[in-house]
Amino acid sequence: MKNPSGSVSRLTTPIKAWVQRFAFLFLVAGAFALMLLGKADTLLVERIRTAVGDAAAPILEFIARPIDSISVAVEGIGKLADLRARNVFLERENERLRHWQAVARRLEAENTALRSLTDMAPDPRLRFVTARVVGDQGGAFARSVLINAGTRDGVAKGQAAITSEGLAGRVVEVGVRSARVLLVTDINSRIPVLVGEGRDRAILAGDNTNQPRLRYLAPGTEIRPGDHVVTSGHGAIFPPGLPIGVVTQASETTMRVQPFVDWAHMEFLRLADYELPGTLLPAQGAAARRSGRRETGQ
Amino acid sequence: MSPAVWTRLDGAARSLSPMALTVLLIMVGMVPLRVPNLAPVMPALGLIAVYFWLVYHPESMPAWAVFLIGLVQDLLGGGALGVGVFVLLVVYAALAGQRRFFARGSFFFTWLTFLPTAAGAFFLTWMFNSLIADTALDPRPAAFQYLTTVAFYPCVAWVFVQAQRAFLK
Repeated sequence: MKNPSGSVSRLTTPIKAWVQRFAFLFLVAGAFALMLLGKADTLLVERIRTAVGDAAAPILEFIARPIDSISVAVEGIGKLADLRARNVFLERENERLRHWQAVARRLEAENTALRSLTDMAPDPRLRFVTARVVGDQGGAFARSVLINAGTRDGVAKGQAAITSEGLAGRVVEVGVRSARVLLVTDINSRIPVLVGEGRDRAILAGDNTNQPRLRYLAPGTEIRPGDHVVTSGHGAIFPPGLPIGVVTQASETTMRVQPFVDWAHMEFLRLADYELPGTLLPAQGAAARRSGRRETGQ
Repeated sequence: MSPAVWTRLDGAARSLSPMALTVLLIMVGMVPLRVPNLAPVMPALGLIAVYFWLVYHPESMPAWAVFLIGLVQDLLGGGALGVGVFVLLVVYAALAGQRRFFARGSFFFTWLTFLPTAAGAFFLTWMFNSLIADTALDPRPAAFQYLTTVAFYPCVAWVFVQAQRAFLK
């Protein structure tokens, strides 16, 4: 009885170690349970993800702003050097674009006239929500970004996320003030598209590389490098005709598409709210209209 | 409040700081840096952090903290849920109880030991992501991420050494 605490600790140490080992195994089992949950794609996982995204979005936004300013400043210095050459280039491009604008106006007028002639159902109106990209380093096995707009801004699941260059991805999870956009390059991304002038239907499937693949083409369709790829509008989620990219590789086995989007400079994303008449709840539309962040487009 | 409460609060904050610091680092790593093609090869900061604290301050990185760090990383990164958690727990299991092995080691030695540890971690990440995606994924992005992670290790370690001096003395 000289050292009672010693004998107790001699007794408790194995128990303690056993409890610790048990706790560790419990945590490992937890990790596997999470994998199964994530694979099953349940609503619960989505809720947890959006909750964490909501919590992190303000912090990420706070850090992202100065980084954006710095990168803009650095880029500005770089551009200062070739200001003259750039000016000449832009003037030339402006001229070219003016020409295209005239062509587009003429075609639009013609299109409207023809549509009224054929009594075609009008395309639903498109509205845009603009959001800042606040998180984008998903690692080697995911291509998705976090944006700082959610349901309170009118963002909804399935909306197309676009930049001025073209389609970037699709909204897959929405929180109150944040949302996750699955990029077209992600392995889980599948988008119905039309390819080339023949407007052949295909599915654009990401595989975590920078150039997603074209799949499920009808046999015998001819696709050449340089063909443009646009959204088809099948599935009624995406507006039809959004530019995505050009075909870069068209062999027997693999067809790859280079997206137009400049992934390195994706600072803002516009989310296309594509309202098919009668498919959205009226309350949702009203809530969306109240929001101050949206702009109205065509 | 009595000084004892303050001391206890202070102690709690100090023991929490490695984990909080790691979570903060993961968040900073998430921020878009506008560097072309960086996202796929962004160093796995969570892995570096967990390794560092397990080597130099194991009592500040219990299994549940490793679990939480993995969870935050998986949820924010948008990758397959649970894979990051599992891989970090494996790293924990590999390093737990190896304190004597690292005690005399120099910084260079711990960096050298990080090489096989990270290689194992990335292999497991690749394997489980492939299992979940049901196809053999391209291992090259993981290989590149491994290289950037290993190269980035000294920078993160330096930050943590500073933090260790500030908080944990």
